[in-house]
Amino acid sequence: MVSRRKVIQRVLEGAVFVGGGGLIWGKSINATTKADYVLRPPGALKEKDFLKACIKCGQCVEACPYDTLSLAEPGDGIANGTPFFEPRTIPCYLCTDIPCTDSCPSGALDLKKLTKEEEKPDIMNSKMGLAVIHKESCLAYWGIRCEACYRACPLIDKAITLDYEVNERTGKHAKLLPVVHSDVCTGCGVCEQACVAEKAAIFVLPLDKATGKVGDHYIKSWEKEDEKRIHEKVEKDDNDKDVKSAIDYLNDDDLIDD
Amino acid sequence: MTKDNWMKTIKYTILRRIIQLSFLLLFAGGNYFGWEILRGNYSSAIIADSLHLSDPYAVLQILVSGFIASSSVLLGALLIFLIYALIGGRMFCSWICPMNIITDIAFRMRRIFKIETEAKVSISRNLRYYILALSLIVSAVFGMAAFEIISPISMLHRAIVFGSGAGWAIVAVVFFVDLFVLKAGWCGHICPLGGFYSLIGKQAVIKVKHDKEKCTHCMDCFDVCVEEPVLDIVGKESDFIRGGACTNCGRCIEVCNDNAMKYSLKFDFKK
Repeated sequence: MVSRRKVIQRVLEGAVFVGGGGLIWGKSINATTKADYVLRPPGALKEKDFLKACIKCGQCVEACPYDTLSLAEPGDGIANGTPFFEPRTIPCYLCTDIPCTDSCPSGALDLKKLTKEEEKPDIMNSKMGLAVIHKESCLAYWGIRCEACYRACPLIDKAITLDYEVNERTGKHAKLLPVVHSDVCTGCGVCEQACVAEKAAIFVLPLDKATGKVGDHYIKSWEKEDEKRIHEKVEKDDNDKDVKSAIDYLNDDDLIDD
Repeated sequence: MTKDNWMKTIKYTILRRIIQLSFLLLFAGGNYFGWEILRGNYSSAIIADSLHLSDPYAVLQILVSGFIASSSVLLGALLIFLIYALIGGRMFCSWICPMNIITDIAFRMRRIFKIETEAKVSISRNLRYYILALSLIVSAVFGMAAFEIISPISMLHRAIVFGSGAGWAIVAVVFFVDLFVLKAGWCGHICPLGGFYSLIGKQAVIKVKHDKEKCTHCMDCFDVCVEEPVLDIVGKESDFIRGGACTNCGRCIEVCNDNAMKYSLKFDFKK
């Protein structure tokens, strides 16, 4: 028979172990995932799910013929043992047989993510990230002929196109300005590696860092499909709001006096 | 001591090292030279490009973190689970795990240099089971396989198989803790993977069997055992070493001059 005192002591010890241990453990997990962002191999699940799913076996790293992928180590700030790549060092060369995604046993890299409708998986559907241009450090935007990223892009004239603009400074030259198209860009980073600037003026960011979101309440009236949404959601949203208190607030004496 | 006798005292150790190093070699060859016999690492591997094997404890953490692992990983984990639960017991720890090489060196050095420091606070060998339970809680709360993120074992085999450098620091910590702070600290007290295999391997078939009639109470087996408490029956009754924590490393068999220990097959289900 265990005494009550003993039981209480045990429970307290357990609470301290779970609380304290859990806290330290959680801290170290946060420390190992503190990098601002990380680029994953093609077909990766969303980062949160990817971190759950990846079993850290490195088979994608082994499958990569260009040594693009590495496994994170302590100190990288990326979850230990998960695969990532840094395009400025070695970009993804978009192998058509997608060996990395194909070799993943865990489902963290998923060929379905690279498959549109009934077709076969296609590396060109990958969304590892999105190339972003910093105009101020881009030679082309200075008016100097460069096009390094445009020429290097595996999806030239689709993912990166050139816009022509008159060079107002000289009055007689053209500026050939690279522009990235987010619906096509795979985030492979060949452009980032090709960029001649000391620190790349075009670089890949993960999609969630490089994209915005307008919000459901804006509708493109000039697109038939989009306009249908007007009947779906708006009414429900109105009910959520406390219209009465808003009107009361506007009619409030204090507000009018002020 | 005759030469034959000397061989007897290390034969299982040599066999274990050969097997442990072969796995490392095959994994490393898979990465560096593209050998297809064994690719991946101890977390998840594929044999000859056809059969998946996965660490069942890692997969358990993945499931608890809220992700349904793919069928190849689930089946691979089930296969490994069955192998150890039914046949091998805790053999992963002493026959496969690369960390065992490190901790065995520390253990041996303690004996050779007579380092007898014990921890100021006594640490229970049950700590690993609490860490095991906590790892599952942390996995669920943080949505990430908790032990896999900080596992010194994973850092060690990744350091070797993938040639990364930073993991060695934590391996050194494990080594020095084992050497100077706590005897059999990592494998015998802390490692939740070892705890996992202790739990699932308790009723496995391969066990060491002790013969009381032959035992002369020399205590040599206690001296070399990383999991001393499992030897509680030695000299008292003839039975299998039934403790799940026994790693089946065979050290006790090697050092026993009375042939009172041997590998045997157990088919009953006593506690």
